[in-house]
Amino acid sequence: MQKQEYTITVYTENQIGLLNRIAIIFSRRKINVESLNTSPSEVDSVHRFNIVITETEEVVKKLCRQIEKQVEVLKAYYNTNDEIVWQELALYKVPTAKIAEEVKVERLLREHGAHTVVIRKDYTVFAVAGHREETDKLIRVLEPYGLIEFVRSARVAIIKDSEGFHKKLKEFENREPSRQVIENEYLDKNREVFSM
Amino acid sequence: MQIAEIKKEQQGSTGLKNISGSQAVLDAFVAEGVKTVFGYPGGAIMPIYDALYDYHDRINHILVRHEQGAIHAAQGFARASGQVGVIFATSGPGATNLVTGLADAMIDSTPVVCVTGQVFAHLLGTDAFQETDVINITTPVTKWNYQVTDASEIPSVMAKAFYIAKSGRPGPVLIDITKNAQLQLFETEEYQPCEHIRSYRPSPIVRKEYIVEAAKLINAAERPFVIFGQGVILGNAEKEFIRFIEKAGIPAAWTIMGMSAIPTDHPLGVGMLGMHGNYGPNVLTNECDVLIAVGMRFDDRVTGRLDKYARQAKVIHLDIDPAEIDKNVKTTVPVWGDCKETLPLLTSLVEKKLYPGWLQRFKDYQQKEEEKVIREELNPTNEILTMGEVVQLLNELTGGNAIIVTDVGQHQMVACRYAKFNQSKSNITSGGLGTMGYALPAAIGAAYGAPHRTTVAIIGDGGFQMTLQELGTIMQFRPNVKILILNNNFLGMVRQWQQLFHEKRYSFVDIQSPDFVQVAKGFGIPGQSVCERKDLKGAIKTMLDHQGTYLLEVMVGKENNVFPMVPQGRGVAEIVLCREDV
Repeated sequence: MQKQEYTITVYTENQIGLLNRIAIIFSRRKINVESLNTSPSEVDSVHRFNIVITETEEVVKKLCRQIEKQVEVLKAYYNTNDEIVWQELALYKVPTAKIAEEVKVERLLREHGAHTVVIRKDYTVFAVAGHREETDKLIRVLEPYGLIEFVRSARVAIIKDSEGFHKKLKEFENREPSRQVIENEYLDKNREVFSM
Repeated sequence: MQIAEIKKEQQGSTGLKNISGSQAVLDAFVAEGVKTVFGYPGGAIMPIYDALYDYHDRINHILVRHEQGAIHAAQGFARASGQVGVIFATSGPGATNLVTGLADAMIDSTPVVCVTGQVFAHLLGTDAFQETDVINITTPVTKWNYQVTDASEIPSVMAKAFYIAKSGRPGPVLIDITKNAQLQLFETEEYQPCEHIRSYRPSPIVRKEYIVEAAKLINAAERPFVIFGQGVILGNAEKEFIRFIEKAGIPAAWTIMGMSAIPTDHPLGVGMLGMHGNYGPNVLTNECDVLIAVGMRFDDRVTGRLDKYARQAKVIHLDIDPAEIDKNVKTTVPVWGDCKETLPLLTSLVEKKLYPGWLQRFKDYQQKEEEKVIREELNPTNEILTMGEVVQLLNELTGGNAIIVTDVGQHQMVACRYAKFNQSKSNITSGGLGTMGYALPAAIGAAYGAPHRTTVAIIGDGGFQMTLQELGTIMQFRPNVKILILNNNFLGMVRQWQQLFHEKRYSFVDIQSPDFVQVAKGFGIPGQSVCERKDLKGAIKTMLDHQGTYLLEVMVGKENNVFPMVPQGRGVAEIVLCREDV
């Protein structure tokens, strides 16, 4: 099986210490977490993690089961890049004088969809939201003009065919939830696991 | 005014009680049916110990000599009784001393609840005296842990702790309570046990269609083979399991943790799996056509090399933990769910059958093992005592009714190979973690967990020296534990590996021992040491007949090896019977 980028989406209770519980599932197996974001979700009181790793599907599947096994985890999903809409936010700090001098810069920034966050006499901060390749490209573009600082956020991702978590949560609260809620949905999808 | 009167006055007519956090902890214990607690006091848990003073009529506190002893005792208690084992320890070193036991309980799915004291909440993170980040230290080795800084959380957190520890696949839970929360007075209603946590599914829904598929596979099989683990015991599904194998007529082998779930002399029981298991079940794992794994997790000591493990077989895996399915061995049909529920469903669909030719093959291998290994181990032709003959005599004298607690190493493998069991929850050992020093404290716990049974702790000379301070606990509280030390004057299992795989370079395995009988005597425990065959049976009988704890040391062969053996890195079918074949 080929390694590729997977985005893991985890719905959890909001509890101190859970971040560590999830993080050590990766570190124990010496798997590098490329990006990790925690945020509120569409459901009040439910937290959402986005974790990006490069691994084979088999490994990702096992990791998701280990994550789901944690008491405070409601559900873990994994998706390839085709199955999600995702963005990262990047900030670039550039000397204002340089940009003012070079007309070209303004055009470049427009081309990359950057917008200005702050303009000061000494520096200007631009922001770009997009995929990693896009934000990376702008670093190289701005380097000749004296890029002072660069920072990029973790990935945030939306699963294309997800119906959100409201309905699911209702079922979780129920003592006799439906099968889909309880079960590992990958096993349902994956014919090779159940090969009769 | 007396404190009791103040408390009375504080109780309103609303049904609310005004109690301290410490009392809330103990009320939770009482409500959960806890009667025995193993623990050790210290600064940060003093309010709880102060409250405990008033609960001594309801809770029996056993003061151990080291916190590791407390948790192993609680594990032994849980394994012998099927109930949750409970531990108190203080902050800092008290809590860190629990870590080995937590890891052990985690890997062997033992339900325990640890309550640790913690420094005042306002001191957290200041490197206060005896402050340790216990929650983060224990996260990888607990099923769940939680830090309480406000007493009002205690009733619901304790209820969750017990529920999580014992439900689904059991495991250890640690609750860390800051000193201010222990002291804090708060109003509370009556204790409510926890029955549901929305993010937690103790056991998955049983899917009938997979059971149908599993039954189809079994009914079409020519050489089906059942392997089972502790899941059968933890699920209280021994009867359901026996009904299943008896109807389906399938030979069944146990892992070390599954041992005693069925009587060892059951006609379909074909022995123990794994590195030092029996010949037949290991070899025939690679010849069966359908492998039915029940409540076991395909540990590497059971499977040997995975790419040479049961490649020919269709695998049916029954487990309560979905994360175990496909973790190590690819499953053809996953049957996830509580085996107490799934086994009867499966039994109803399988045809009544017998496989005399297939069962005979196990017997043939058994015969070979008998000739090459077992005969000499149980009836040695020279004067040197073997561990096997000691275990054999123990079987004879206890009738297979004792709880046998073992430590880790050669004696453990020999005891598990040769011990006879008539009833479940009788084999208590550190299977997954392999914790030396486990047996003595675990046996103390087992004696409290099953007070009407005989508990025998079989321990090596190395392991005994790791936790022998617990003799002090025995001295003080007088549980009835039969301590049987099999002394070969070596760290035997490591020595065996050094002999077989490291050109006999015996590097630091020649451990010296004190006079164990004298040591026991110092703790007021009678005992004797035997080194001759003629004295052995009488000595074991004396030990068993003695009212109370007794220590018997048996001097056994220095360089005896445990065989058969699946050498590390080889497949189960490559199991060897003697040194020459390694």
